[in-house]
Amino acid sequence: MSAVTSIAGLLKVSAEKKLPLWKTVQLTDCAEQDMSEADSWEKMKNMLSVMREADQSYDSRRRSLSGLSGGDGGKMEDYVRSGRSISGPLVGEIIAAALRMGECNACMKRIVAAPTAGACGVLPAVIIPCGKAMGLPDERLIEALYAAAGVGQVIALRASISGAQSGCQAEIGAASAMAAAALTHMAGGTSQQIANASALALKSLLGLVCDPVGGLVEVPCVKRNAAGAVIALTAAEMSLAGIESRVPPDEVIDAMREVGEKMSPTLRETAEGGLADTETARKFRERDEAAIRHGPGLT
Amino acid sequence: MSIFDILGPVMVGPSSSHTAGAVRMGQMTRRLLGGEPESAEILLSGSFALTGEGHGTPRAILAGLMGMDPDDERIPQSFELAGEHGIKFSFGTVNLRNAHPNSALIRAKRDGRGVEVGASSPGGGRIRVFSLDGLPTSFSGEVPTLIVRCEDRPGHVSRVTGAVAAQGINMSKLQVERDTRGGTALMVIECDQRIPYKVKVAISAIEGIYNVTRLNPGEESK
Repeated sequence: MSAVTSIAGLLKVSAEKKLPLWKTVQLTDCAEQDMSEADSWEKMKNMLSVMREADQSYDSRRRSLSGLSGGDGGKMEDYVRSGRSISGPLVGEIIAAALRMGECNACMKRIVAAPTAGACGVLPAVIIPCGKAMGLPDERLIEALYAAAGVGQVIALRASISGAQSGCQAEIGAASAMAAAALTHMAGGTSQQIANASALALKSLLGLVCDPVGGLVEVPCVKRNAAGAVIALTAAEMSLAGIESRVPPDEVIDAMREVGEKMSPTLRETAEGGLADTETARKFRERDEAAIRHGPGLT
Repeated sequence: MSIFDILGPVMVGPSSSHTAGAVRMGQMTRRLLGGEPESAEILLSGSFALTGEGHGTPRAILAGLMGMDPDDERIPQSFELAGEHGIKFSFGTVNLRNAHPNSALIRAKRDGRGVEVGASSPGGGRIRVFSLDGLPTSFSGEVPTLIVRCEDRPGHVSRVTGAVAAQGINMSKLQVERDTRGGTALMVIECDQRIPYKVKVAISAIEGIYNVTRLNPGEESK
């Protein structure tokens, strides 16, 4: 089996070998890396454990070095617990989980880059709460991580997973496509539906720029994780309902690459445009150094 | 590219380039020094100087100098831990012209010997050393690499590469730089196979060799 460089290729190999999509991803990687299936599985199982540990270690009193992040995951949890959530407990918990993980990252906790550190909250925010709500065993969630990684790999190979190269669409966008694939697998979707869900999610985030305030992985990154997670849920639901992306996944990924190439460098992680160049962001930047030196710091 | 480059690495946040890569820079300096530094001066350049504080870059580099990995949860406390270990450290900024925006110059000392490492972190937690002790170079440590600092004299390149070849190791890239004629020379040899300890012993025995460092991926020097 050769390296998978397209979603179509992933589907073709899966169909030919009569394998679920996640298994094709695993076997392809094992062959490429000269790794046993058992070792690969253990490694992926560890990724799920680290995600859970980070989620459970969340402390809403913790603040980032800049003081810009922290506490929002706790606010969301309280709101969901109050029963006032418009969308109900599951969607509320997905939003809370994404915020928690994004804040863990901003506060220098241990996370799994998925596919990047800035977008690390999207995938666990759908896998952990939905896995629990659906009553799925861990094996199913680990399989879902393979499906997600396969989609992410194709995006990385055909386009990019770097905000500096293609904007936030390549980070939160890629993470959302990966999460949509994972969720569709968890719900028992076909390989075709998994691929389709990833296309629907990525399409929804096409054009998203990388404009971090003060150049830090905090604003708007943390909250975009929540948005990316909910878009992943939306995409998976549509795909499972039989709704198809009119533009196939590989073409969506290629379009993402093209959009990234046309994006001004000021909107690609340089913190020179968009939200990073607002009056508030400029003020923050001015007091940045002092705030970090004399601010609350890590607790 | 492995799927674990997509789902992974496991790391302490917030940034693969400004935090995970910064830890790797510190680790690389520690290995080139041959152990834990007694003192370190860390100079940040470009985006590292501008946003490094908020990304924990100084803490991350210091953590790497102390031998921590990018997923070590003690990284945020590295200042305090370095104090406990008696490591003297200071931070500053520097303008490294023509360097990648995410770059740093790290000077570390131990047992009366010092190294100066210029490195950049282009993303994903990967790094590239672009200068060593003031001499230009380019290596990442992602493949087995041998770094030899020696007196600039005829025959050294031949004897060093001979010692590598004697172990049946294939060289994929060889770089040689020197400061002045007859001064200090730097050889960086990237190889296809793991570099065994006996290669280091054989090269160290050659007259005029100052220092030999082996970088084998996945093996930390103690």
